[in-house]
Amino acid sequence: MADGRVATVRGRVAAGPLASVSGGLDFLREYMIVVCVLALFLVLTFTSDTFLTTTNLLNVLQQVAPVGLVAFALTFLLIVGEFDLSSGALFVLTGVLAAKLQPHLGTWPALLIAATAALAGGVINGLLVAYARINSFVCTLATSLMVAGLSNVITKGFLVTVNAPGFFALGSNELLGVKYSIWILVVAALLCGFVLSRTKFGRWLYAVGGNPEAARLSGINVRAMKVWAFAFSGLAAGIGGAIVVSRTATGQAGNGIDIVFGAFAAVVVGGTSVMGGRGAIWRTMLGIIFLALITNGFNLLQVEPVYQSIIQGAIILTAVAIDSLSRRAS
Amino acid sequence: MKAGAACAVRGIHKRYGAAVALDGVSIDVAAGEIHALVGENGAGKSTLGKIVAGAVAPDAGEIVVDGERVTYRSPRDAIRYGIGLIEQEFALAPDLSVLDNVFLGVELGGRGLVDRARQRERFAELAERIGFRERSSVPVRTLRTADQQKVEILRALVRETRLIVMDEPTAALTRDEADRLLEITRELRDDGVTVIYVSHVLGDVLALADTVTVLKDGRHVKTAPAREETTDSLVTAMLGRSLDVAFPERTPPPPDAPVVLSVRGLSRPPAFDDVSFEVRAGEIVGLAGLVGSGRTEIARAIFGADPAAGEVAIEGRELRGRSPRGSIRSGLALLPESRKDQGLVMVRPLSENVTMAHLGVVSRRGVLQRRREQRVVRDTLRSVDARHASQSQPVSSLSGGNQQKAALAKWLVRTPRLLLADEPTRGIDVGAKRAIYDLIRNLAADGLGVLLISSELGEVLGLSHRVIALRAGRVAGEYDGETVDEETVMRAVFGSG
Repeated sequence: MADGRVATVRGRVAAGPLASVSGGLDFLREYMIVVCVLALFLVLTFTSDTFLTTTNLLNVLQQVAPVGLVAFALTFLLIVGEFDLSSGALFVLTGVLAAKLQPHLGTWPALLIAATAALAGGVINGLLVAYARINSFVCTLATSLMVAGLSNVITKGFLVTVNAPGFFALGSNELLGVKYSIWILVVAALLCGFVLSRTKFGRWLYAVGGNPEAARLSGINVRAMKVWAFAFSGLAAGIGGAIVVSRTATGQAGNGIDIVFGAFAAVVVGGTSVMGGRGAIWRTMLGIIFLALITNGFNLLQVEPVYQSIIQGAIILTAVAIDSLSRRAS
Repeated sequence: MKAGAACAVRGIHKRYGAAVALDGVSIDVAAGEIHALVGENGAGKSTLGKIVAGAVAPDAGEIVVDGERVTYRSPRDAIRYGIGLIEQEFALAPDLSVLDNVFLGVELGGRGLVDRARQRERFAELAERIGFRERSSVPVRTLRTADQQKVEILRALVRETRLIVMDEPTAALTRDEADRLLEITRELRDDGVTVIYVSHVLGDVLALADTVTVLKDGRHVKTAPAREETTDSLVTAMLGRSLDVAFPERTPPPPDAPVVLSVRGLSRPPAFDDVSFEVRAGEIVGLAGLVGSGRTEIARAIFGADPAAGEVAIEGRELRGRSPRGSIRSGLALLPESRKDQGLVMVRPLSENVTMAHLGVVSRRGVLQRRREQRVVRDTLRSVDARHASQSQPVSSLSGGNQQKAALAKWLVRTPRLLLADEPTRGIDVGAKRAIYDLIRNLAADGLGVLLISSELGEVLGLSHRVIALRAGRVAGEYDGETVDEETVMRAVFGSG
């Protein structure tokens, strides 16, 4: 994609020791994720008999669909120079609301209203960050606490179970042998990728994240772009929440809030910059696949799952360090 | 109190990128005198002050303190020699108390503990000496600018500073506060402290200094006792021929050219107040003024980047609710003061930067037309002759001159009616400068109105059809660019005419 060409050109132009260090780091930043995914894929193919089967691979994709949606939205946010901690709480709220409303309203209206509530939460985050100028990290930490509390109020601490048979459709039904949730993930990836790389809107996101003042002086509505990105984050958490609640048929406050960490890990491992203005959806998609393959590999090879989070943490640190070093060198 | 330090610099050279700030300057500062450095914008006076104080490292030349040749590796080293710097932007920790700021890094006490009682005692002594009356326990952030400055002075005194460099110390002060500062400065001198006083307020300099050094284009012009100088003699010394770049031929706009920009009573105190002027199609109007005269602020207000009272009209139609977005629609373009901070998105590719403000031209229903974009970018970059390896290279990988051309190209994707060019040649080499001059001149010849802002007076006079002199946020004079000389404009901006 466009980013790839940037790197090769810079590599060619680069001269002198500092420039070549920066060129090398840039290359790492650009393509490390591709190499890692391919390598891991090959390793798993040869070490496990069950890895390279349609069932296993579809299973992996189905599992990552919700976190993938949240990660796409987080990619938009990092590109525009903001962050959203609250998408985990909004994701949980969606599940709880849908489970609670289903007996009264029926399946689809319940899911729709629950996802819309998450969208509204995202819009509120966006307005607070863009207009009240609250630091996005602090703002979404606070709203995250409030939303998590709201979920607790709604469930009163209990598990909310849905028994209606139709409720499973979104999470479990298939089209052409593939689960709805995978279709949603794929369509969302294509759509988000298109928006970022091929539309005015996408350009504006990059410009605002890369240099808000230059963007403003170019006539771009910086605040509106931020609100849009937060709204999308809310919506993605809502759709992800709807998929999961439909699959499990249970809403439980406090369960699943950490989805935002997995999503963030996927985004930065993919190579999207935490400093704004740089990143892409294909990167996040590969980041998601990479982390999912690690989990899947651990399971298939029967490694203790406790080591997973240690390894994930180390991977995030490495990714962010490479990003920040490559910025400093250039 | 230790005696003041004598200081000398020999053959100091300093470049910033392509721009030469100091070109072999040597001066002697005697112990216990107030030595003023004066000159036009960009003459190198601030840079020289910062070099003496170790805040900027020279490319070549030596610094001698009390007869000993010194090399600073950091500002801390300068402090060790008893040299302190008070800059326009204070180096205070805003949330710490006055006392903590004053003693920061030189706390009194021993074994890692701070002896507050001793500190307060010493503080009271020094505060009395310079007339600082605020409590020592309040956070520095809550003080007025003048008092924050006194905290800086206290800080220097606590460190037993024997030479203080003050860089435009009165720039942010009211007249009363400035007078008080001059008094304090005199008292410091009487106590034996040497002061290097960098300022463009010639009246203050003459009233205060023992010796005055005039710099011009990074070179030493003269050093003389202040009592032998007058405002006139100083201004005359600052003039003289600029290091020149040849300017392209001026084509005057036709006499019946319509007015493109009309500004009426534009005000944004304290930056500028009641500014009115017009720019006609094909005309280049230059704004001349010192740092802080409101030049940049006026351009930003016209463009809607900052709010301001008053009227701005483009081709007779008033702009209401001014915003950059609306201004661009009405045909305004702003080439901002800093291409890196305000003009370009350095991490993004060249092509994206060029089309950023006019994506409508290269998209349909929000979707970019990549072929069309490539063609538009190619044509626009060709029209400004920006050298580049590829449209997709990051704009940060271009040279300063080509970056500036790219920043200009951004506004030529769709031809504007009026270009606000703020410091269009800052920090670029002579060849690129000439290219930018030609571009601006050609744009004007095609019927564009141009408002040109530059701290280089030679540039304003060399390019403009008409020159507006600004002093302290007000219009101080208006001149024909063809016939006016530097001296007249300088007198207007310095207020000595």
